[in-house]
Amino acid sequence: MVKFGVGQSVRRVEDDRLITGGGRYADDFRAPGQAYMVVVRSPYAHAKILSIDTESARAAPGVVDVLTGQELQEAGLGEVSNAAVALIKQRDGSPAFKTTRHVLAVDRVRHAGDAIAAVIAESEAEARDAAELVMIDFEELPVVVDTEKAADPSSPAIWEEAGSNLAYDWGKGDEEAARAAIANAHHVTKLKLINNRIVVNAMEPRAALGMYDKEQDRYTLHVPSQGVHGLRDRIANDTLKIAPEKLRVITEDVGGGFGMKTFAYPEYPLVLYAAKKLGRPVKWTADRAESFLSDTQGRDHVTEAQLALDAEGHILGIYIDTIANLGAYQSQFGAFIPTLAPRDMQAGVYKVPAIYNHVRAVLTNTVPVDAYRGAGRPEASYLIERLMDKAGYETGLGPIEIRRRNFIPAEEMPYNQKPSLPFDSGDFNRNLNDALAKADYEAFEKRRAEKAKEGKLLGLGLCYYVERTAAGMSEFAQLAVDAEANVVHVYTGSQTNGQGHETVWTQFISSRLGLDADQIVVHSGDSDVLPGGAGTGGSKAVYMSTGALGVASDTLIEKGKQIAANELEAAVADIEYRGADGEAVFAVVGTDKRIDLFEVARKAEGQTDSAALEAAGEYKEAGNSYPNGAHICEVEIDRDTGDFEITRYIAVDDFGHVINPMIVAGQVHGGIVQGLGQAMGERTVYDEESGQLLTGSFQDYWMPRADDLPFFDTSYNEIPSKSNQLGVKGAGEAGTVGAPSAFINAVLDALRLAGVENIDMPVTPYSLWKALHGAEEKAA
Amino acid sequence: MKSELDIMLTVDGAEERTTVEPRMLLIQALREKLGVKGPHIGCESGRCGACTVLVNGEAVKSCMMLAAQADGAKITTAAGLAAEDGTLHPLQQAFHEHHALQCGYCTPGMLCAAMDLLKTNPKPNENDVRQALRGNLCRCTGYQHIVDAVLSAAGTLGSGASAVKGAAE
Repeated sequence: MVKFGVGQSVRRVEDDRLITGGGRYADDFRAPGQAYMVVVRSPYAHAKILSIDTESARAAPGVVDVLTGQELQEAGLGEVSNAAVALIKQRDGSPAFKTTRHVLAVDRVRHAGDAIAAVIAESEAEARDAAELVMIDFEELPVVVDTEKAADPSSPAIWEEAGSNLAYDWGKGDEEAARAAIANAHHVTKLKLINNRIVVNAMEPRAALGMYDKEQDRYTLHVPSQGVHGLRDRIANDTLKIAPEKLRVITEDVGGGFGMKTFAYPEYPLVLYAAKKLGRPVKWTADRAESFLSDTQGRDHVTEAQLALDAEGHILGIYIDTIANLGAYQSQFGAFIPTLAPRDMQAGVYKVPAIYNHVRAVLTNTVPVDAYRGAGRPEASYLIERLMDKAGYETGLGPIEIRRRNFIPAEEMPYNQKPSLPFDSGDFNRNLNDALAKADYEAFEKRRAEKAKEGKLLGLGLCYYVERTAAGMSEFAQLAVDAEANVVHVYTGSQTNGQGHETVWTQFISSRLGLDADQIVVHSGDSDVLPGGAGTGGSKAVYMSTGALGVASDTLIEKGKQIAANELEAAVADIEYRGADGEAVFAVVGTDKRIDLFEVARKAEGQTDSAALEAAGEYKEAGNSYPNGAHICEVEIDRDTGDFEITRYIAVDDFGHVINPMIVAGQVHGGIVQGLGQAMGERTVYDEESGQLLTGSFQDYWMPRADDLPFFDTSYNEIPSKSNQLGVKGAGEAGTVGAPSAFINAVLDALRLAGVENIDMPVTPYSLWKALHGAEEKAA
Repeated sequence: MKSELDIMLTVDGAEERTTVEPRMLLIQALREKLGVKGPHIGCESGRCGACTVLVNGEAVKSCMMLAAQADGAKITTAAGLAAEDGTLHPLQQAFHEHHALQCGYCTPGMLCAAMDLLKTNPKPNENDVRQALRGNLCRCTGYQHIVDAVLSAAGTLGSGASAVKGAAE
């Protein structure tokens, strides 16, 4: 019999509804009498708004109302949240420049797709038709889209108030020590690289259904989110200027988020404002073109770095200079991503005595940039793992030996990497050895020689990634025993976006209380149910939610013991809970006197304040965890055409204890493919002249499809984390952190055979062909 | 002013009559007029496959077909694949066993695309499956478990593929 316990590849409880067309995604909600909202967006990347004429639109069939930024300002609506800006202190001690983003633009648009007006009509088609009748006079302004050019003081400032396009100049680490390390080094490896911009493209577009209850003076928002509480607070506090309890946010099934669905976008307060004004529900659903122009995008860094080595190849120090493109406005966490999110992950898994990370963040006429799966960690990992490879070749040690020489050894764990990376556990050599064995590394040169005969360049690339998962928040949970239905209701403040939380929380409670899966019902996504919730993001849900559920289940058992003691006529101290081997009972220690959990709940109705046996839990004790592992990628490149194929991909990960290996494998596969997507084709292009997003559809923006990929060989070495009770490390983002450098290092390993030494993401057959062709011409 | 057309569709076995504007897409008619929420809209341009349904047994991206064009057709969505008593179709069961879905948004379309493949090629190999699914985007799974599931449903999941560890025997 397969038990529904921790450590098993239990099949998912959420699958039944999702494979039978029964999912409940945001656009699936309909409210009686709802009107449809369509957003009028800027056709220009940078322009003054001279006038907006809504008269024709208002007169169009079916139109209920047309909203503009001016009306919203007069109604007292606040700005769209950019909460993270306040966390940034510049190198000179002054605060960062803070952009002002209205729900609808008032007198200036700063990116193509910037929201200007909202048309609300009886049907979506009527709203779309009328949106084309909103007449706007623009005066076009010069455009800046490129990351490096934006940092050039001679480029026009898109926010005149800032004086330049610099939002902040930030640094962390010991600058003097890092500079001294470079000055005194035996060898310095220098690298400039681009971490290309990504369009997140969750398959489910964003949507919002706003409702307002006049009698209760209360709003309700149905929205696909990564956590209802955070979203509620930002919309209520920053934009609607109401008490958070006046807003209820509801999220059911979410069709992928990857960071992007965390944030309080302009459309959300917009449907709420409209619902109140019009006295009826208002619904908005993005189409894909709108998603490309209004969902936050990811990455977009240009980095120059220096790695200082001694004569034996030991790292002496690292100096990093990054320009990060934040887009036209600072999104909710935008300022946080290139700075505080990665913290000191730039040191990777190596002993680095001195490090300095200098970040200049720029504003451009592009869609705002914010968290995308990994959020700062993939950028950090890509840099250090490219540097290590390059240093390996330059010193002659090779990519494997230079890593081994600098690994923090397992014997030295826990290890406090200065300034602030307290690794709790990890055995980097072991994972690397296992990955090399699985990749049949010893036979690589033979494979390479065989491929060379076919005119193919074979390359093998390695990445040893580490990721720091989120900590420092509170997570909430609640358990309620329903004696009537014989089930336990589980409420968590996290929010699945498809990761399988329902299954994992069910496994956890099943193991804690000794219940079958069908006796456990998991709920989330209603801001009215729990006092708070940390949502999903930063690969933290598994330890934060099980932490909160652990506290709640302990409390539940303690409460139950009181009642059981009464019923069994024993002292509370003599009551134990038996939640294993098919039992879910309170019993008198050493006897067969027992009472079933659900029977206790029935008795509870008369004895406790609440209607049933229930308990709440809050958890905030967890520290950071450090998932890490070795990724090895083998790539075959056709010398004549530049066409390429990934022929081998191995990941050996340490996620601490794994609760559901099947679900974790799914996370790793998906994470790797998002990382590979960035490295092997996802290219976001804004026109330098007009600022238009040229890759604004699935036709123009490549994403990995089924026939672009190999099977991945994934496995785990479970080295328990010491930072949480379960010893888990969080697996949601790891694949995305490791994949880009494993792939690019493999490509460069192949290209070196043809004399090519550098290439940037995304690699395409065309960019490979150009690189190979260019090298041939140079040699000729 | 509006010209409307009366159409009849058989959706997952049930006869449905409705009125549509000539410009209305099949996916819109299914979702908005008939309340069929299984097929999803992902791009409105035929590139993501989230709206794939079976029209008279063949996989069709329902954002690429006008509702009026489907008049009289037999439409099958993910909801119509299971038996009347709720028993999952072997392909659905394989998706469940192999963890072939995460967020589930692309899943109804993936299932329909895979149904079409298995009808025309009952014993596909890995490459056949990957080719057949290239019209359907998934942002969550990396496709590996989807390919496993389709091969398993076809009985062609060989030792070379990556069966989930601990899968039910």
